[in-house]
Amino acid sequence: MDMDPKEIKERMKIPRQPMAEQDPAVRVTNFHEVPFGYTPEQAMEEARRCIQCKKPLCVGGCPVNIDIPWFLRLIAEGKFLEAARKIKETNGLPAVCGRVCPQEDQCEKVCVIGKKNDPVSIGRLERFVADYEREHSEVSIPEIPRWTGKKVAVVGAGPAGLTVAGDLVKKGHKVTIFEALHIAGGVLMYGIPEFRLPKKIVQSEVEYLKRMGVEIVLNAVVGKLDTVDELFSSGYDAVFIGSGAGLPNFMNIPGENLIGVYSANEFLTRVNLMKAYLFPEYDTPIIRGKRVVVIGAGNTAMDAARTALRLRPDEVSIVYRRSREEMPARIEEIHHGEEEGLELKLLTHPRRFIGDDDGRLKAIECVRMELGPPDESGRRRPVEVPGSEFTIEADVAIISIGNGANPLIPQTTPDIKVNRWGNISADADTGRTSKKGVFSGGDIVRGGATVILAMGDARRAANSIDEYLTTGVW
Amino acid sequence: MFVIMEKKELAHTVYQFKIKAPSIARKRKAGQFVILRLNETGERFPLTILDSDTNSGTIDIIIQEVGKSSAMLGNMGVGDSILDVVGPLGKPTRIENFGIAVCVGGGIGTAPVYPIAKAMREAGNRVVSIIGARNKSLLILEKEMREVSDELHVATDDGSYGHHGFVTQVLQNLIDGGMKMGCVVGIGPVPMMRAVSNVTRPYNIPTVVSLNPIMVDGTGMCGSCRVTVGGKTQFVCVDGPEFDGHQVDYAELILRNRSYLKEEKLAMEELTCHEGVKCYDRK
Repeated sequence: MDMDPKEIKERMKIPRQPMAEQDPAVRVTNFHEVPFGYTPEQAMEEARRCIQCKKPLCVGGCPVNIDIPWFLRLIAEGKFLEAARKIKETNGLPAVCGRVCPQEDQCEKVCVIGKKNDPVSIGRLERFVADYEREHSEVSIPEIPRWTGKKVAVVGAGPAGLTVAGDLVKKGHKVTIFEALHIAGGVLMYGIPEFRLPKKIVQSEVEYLKRMGVEIVLNAVVGKLDTVDELFSSGYDAVFIGSGAGLPNFMNIPGENLIGVYSANEFLTRVNLMKAYLFPEYDTPIIRGKRVVVIGAGNTAMDAARTALRLRPDEVSIVYRRSREEMPARIEEIHHGEEEGLELKLLTHPRRFIGDDDGRLKAIECVRMELGPPDESGRRRPVEVPGSEFTIEADVAIISIGNGANPLIPQTTPDIKVNRWGNISADADTGRTSKKGVFSGGDIVRGGATVILAMGDARRAANSIDEYLTTGVW
Repeated sequence: MFVIMEKKELAHTVYQFKIKAPSIARKRKAGQFVILRLNETGERFPLTILDSDTNSGTIDIIIQEVGKSSAMLGNMGVGDSILDVVGPLGKPTRIENFGIAVCVGGGIGTAPVYPIAKAMREAGNRVVSIIGARNKSLLILEKEMREVSDELHVATDDGSYGHHGFVTQVLQNLIDGGMKMGCVVGIGPVPMMRAVSNVTRPYNIPTVVSLNPIMVDGTGMCGSCRVTVGGKTQFVCVDGPEFDGHQVDYAELILRNRSYLKEEKLAMEELTCHEGVKCYDRK
């Protein structure tokens, strides 16, 4: 639609609507969500900032290509439920993505308003409509076509698996998800903390899929119960593997197995999934350190650090061997962490963990780093400053330096090719693996990425699974 | 939900349960384990699968009441349901014909030894078993072990039954008597497994132990169960639970198993709510 230049000018004058959030001093004492979300008035005002570009760059910036201008227009007109349905045509998890997508690197990065001004808050608006729909109406279920006669098995109920399942039931296939843990959601449940993504929101998205007819089998470890081959022989026509991030990486430095040294996965799983922050009401314990050090500077490290802060230690710091500029975490997350009292110990690298007589962590020996010339990743390579060793006191250390691949499925299905890191090799456009009828996407392929990239993989895989099931051509 | 079909008291605070879990029963092999979560607020904890029956679709587990979760399970009965049971996890025991397979079980460790002894027998080994406990009343699975062993030795620390002393002394005596052991499987408390490995090391007898660290997910995701074996970090849930007994860093495992001692004590006190051990019956 063409917009009157005067109208465009008016709209360009509207400032970006701020989103209210819990005061840092308060929120660090609880696990409630940090931002409160837009009010309907704020949402309409913010949506009006979109000038409805004829060739919207934002759509291309979205890994699942949501029709962003369309849903923004519906919000501006106050048609919130219609806006929610519009998003759901392409994104099954809008309440999740509105919260955890790195929009500043995707849709909002390419928004034309952002060239001179702050870009339209697409993420916050996505979140708003998803929340509005959930709170104000029975979430609508799309019409499910008649069963095609085909069955698909999905391994893992994380972002990739849930997306594939949603897409395929909408095309009329029967879908069963096999999930290893006792609850569906994958990293959305065990990894991302409650204060960034309330678990009841994840579960309502899961419920939505179930209402569409997706079957979810919990406590089912594919490879240990049925193998991929056995899934085929028990009647499934295609298999999607979205088993997610695998074994946490450690640093291979002395003292790493001392009590109090956690992987970020373990720390987050204990606190988020098992609710160790509510111990002893919940049975899973966690060591509540006085001085907590998180090693690494990605989004998972930020989640771990901000979770640690809420367990009320004396101090929490990030130890990172490069400088602030190179920190891979979202700027918003670093900002939130610092507001909550997180300290950054930059250009610092751990050498060894030091324990007491009971095998408990008491200090970390570190060395100072300086930045040398850029390495192959383009980031300046950190090098040790000789003789700069020093120790920092710590009784809890959380190692957040990425994950290796989980071997469970490749071990039991050797004809699925993996790369030299053990990640499944899958075609980027179709998700096809080396084994007929088997598709894959998300972290088991990428080796550690984001929720939305996993969902993008899943979207493409769902399309090619549908094509495969329809034509039978591999 | 996983229903308890049978419950048997084997010794004071030691119970054997038969749990309905048909898909696990169909797949499990000797040496593998399950992870349980009793209820919505429960923790996840691993237990070895003792036996299974594909006809009735059940698996057997044994529990000794030592902390809150085990005490709560110990207090459950036939018809009660366990919220989550996942498995079979871990790698199965390497079963082949070693000639003479010596199976050593200490205390509750006899439970995981039983399926291995049974499988070793089926693979054509001469199975020599040594089981022990602090005293006669704590000895479990004697009859079952006798059925799957060609030779069974019993030891009690206090001499109330069988050999007066440790299972490792019986093992040493057998070695001294000239028995040519193809392999030794030793499972029990960590100090006992260390002692078994120390006995066999000078003779280079291949020795397998099954480790029991603290776990959370049990599928390789968290790393809680990491142990040092031969100087390298291994995850017990996906690389084990069985390892070369001569290579395990037992001291580290003992320390790591004490990670939550304080919390475990607190949880137990909360459970018994200062009213006596069975007050949680009413909860």
